[in-house]
Amino acid sequence: MSAVRCIDLCKTYRQGDQDIKALDHVDIEIVEGDFVCLSAPSGGGKTTLLNAIGGLDILDSGEVWVAGQRIDCMSKGELAGLRLKQIGFVFQAYNLIPVLTARENVEFVMQVQGVPADERGCKSEAILEEVGLGGLGDRRPAEMSGGQQQRVAVARAIVSRPTLVLADEPTANLDSKTSGELIELFAELNETHGTTFVIATHDQRVMAYAKRLVKMLDGRIVDDIDKRAG
Amino acid sequence: MNALKIIVKLAWRNLWRNHRRTIVMLSAISIGAWAMIFMTSLVRGMVNEMLRDGIRALPGHVQVHHPDYRDDPSIENLMNTTREELAASLLAAGIERFSARVRVPAVISSERESRGVILLGVDPKREAAIAAIGSRVTEGRPLTDVGDGGVIIGRRLAEKLETEVGKRIVLMSQDPDNEIADRGFRVVGLYEANLEIQEEAFAFAGRMTIQQMLGIGDFVSEVAVVGDDYRVVDPLLASVRLSIDGDDEVLPWTELDEYLGTMMMVMDGFVIIWVVIIFFALSFGLVNTLVMAVFERVREIGLMLALGMRPSSILGQIIVESFFLLAIGLVVGNLLACLSIIVLSEGIDISIVAEGMEMFGSASVLYPEMEMQDVILANVVVLVLGFLASLSPAWRASRYEPVEAITKV
Ligand SMILES: Nc1ncnc2c1ncn2[C@@H]1O[C@H](COP(=O)(O)OP(=O)(O)OP(=O)(O)O)[C@@H](O)[C@H]1O
Ligand SMILES: [Mg+2]
Repeated sequence: MSAVRCIDLCKTYRQGDQDIKALDHVDIEIVEGDFVCLSAPSGGGKTTLLNAIGGLDILDSGEVWVAGQRIDCMSKGELAGLRLKQIGFVFQAYNLIPVLTARENVEFVMQVQGVPADERGCKSEAILEEVGLGGLGDRRPAEMSGGQQQRVAVARAIVSRPTLVLADEPTANLDSKTSGELIELFAELNETHGTTFVIATHDQRVMAYAKRLVKMLDGRIVDDIDKRAG
Repeated sequence: MNALKIIVKLAWRNLWRNHRRTIVMLSAISIGAWAMIFMTSLVRGMVNEMLRDGIRALPGHVQVHHPDYRDDPSIENLMNTTREELAASLLAAGIERFSARVRVPAVISSERESRGVILLGVDPKREAAIAAIGSRVTEGRPLTDVGDGGVIIGRRLAEKLETEVGKRIVLMSQDPDNEIADRGFRVVGLYEANLEIQEEAFAFAGRMTIQQMLGIGDFVSEVAVVGDDYRVVDPLLASVRLSIDGDDEVLPWTELDEYLGTMMMVMDGFVIIWVVIIFFALSFGLVNTLVMAVFERVREIGLMLALGMRPSSILGQIIVESFFLLAIGLVVGNLLACLSIIVLSEGIDISIVAEGMEMFGSASVLYPEMEMQDVILANVVVLVLGFLASLSPAWRASRYEPVEAITKV
């Protein structure tokens, strides 16, 4: 079974009197356990595609399947449930709830899922350690650097062991050392748990870890390289 | 359970995010609640005083009359049963606080002046339990028993008649055969009342003396019965009705004096209107605060939705936040109101304006009276209407499209 399947996706934005095709007849299938990097120049449609896969956006046409379910005709409530249980998100721009501490942000998804407090505590403690934020758990987002916030967002995305992680520029604010560590973490999860990763990035080091490299331009997929196939 | 916890946590933290706005809003709610409760208790105090005075003047919570007496309060419409029988059956029913009176129109004449009055033949001992007009004798002595041959009149009436304690007056009325019945009395005491008009209207004498003067045997015009609480007269009314047989009419004070009865209802209505008006003033602030709060948090609301939180939980967050605001504001407001009432429990001297107030029948010292039903009403109105007012902003927040919300700058 494929983790994600998109069939003929179209999404047009109107800007002034101009139509912008953010997605222009996109077809893509991603197998379970894949590690896909999505690269495109700015405005190429990466975020739009990730949002479509996450059921966050209403499309003009096309079908989206995630984990064997067609999601483009699901209700809001069903979509919320799917995102909560199966998908981990790292958003490009805005990731953390300002009134919650780093630890509470990491625990947020688990708490909404109904995971008991002590289990949440163990998991969030461990994951914060792994992303290099041990001891910063009680800080609020406003008290952390952009890179630290980014790592909290990554920690939240993977802490509840989703089957699919959609990450939009997860290393944008990070120095090469920490971004390298994060990617190692992703790769390890991908290896040991078979978590599917779809990562939008410009970062060459991230692409180096990718099993598959998808290039977009103006809403179209222009190149699709499966590195395993050679 | 978990979901509820996170909702409450977020609502509480968000509440204190914009300290200043929250404190301004809390002050507004507190002052609103204070005004609702404290002002109501002031007006209650005033109106209750009037009601109690009015009932005392009537007097009695329940009265028994001949069915035609209220249309024509004359000697012809005495009650059908003798006083002795009435007293026996009321006592048998366990009703102790009652007074039987002869009550007829009369003319009172001094050496210089004549005036129309209502002449009451009373049993001073029984009347004391009812604390009617005439009980505040400030000069001379009160009546002693049913056979007392003296008369007590109001201070104002004495001035009008140019008479005083110790002087003689003549009381003149009709007997059942339409013959003049009159008798000379000595003025033994002067009473004072809250209303000047009350000091002019009534003359009191011993019941038996009046019965003899009118030649009516042991018959009376009315029996007044007092219960524990003038607001709750129905049980008393029922038991009096049961113990009085025959054709006599038993009525509660609300029907005996429709003005007073209406006043009580108007007062209850006033409290509701007052509370609702203040609430509407508050609700603008409340809705505005919530709309602002929701607007400022578009992105994080979008984020929470994107992460898989249900729209109903977003709705819940805003409502819980509004509830916190209302609840804290109410607690402070209630405390302030209680405090003001305790501080002013000695009474507020309004004698400067009391001249004008006297015609409404109010005393010159105002005692605030806090009634539980008013306090509950104020709190329930604020909570329930506050909840309704917060529905709209909360609903709007829960309807955001996650992507649009999250990308908003
Ligand atoms: N809400 C919107 N309204 C109008 N146009 C939009 C909106 N969102 C995206 N677009 C347009 O759609 C196109 C694709 O945008 P998208 O955000 O998917 O690009 P991207 O590849 O993620 O770019 P970046 O690397 O800068 O994040 C862009 O031309 C963008 O201007
Ligand atoms: Mg983007």
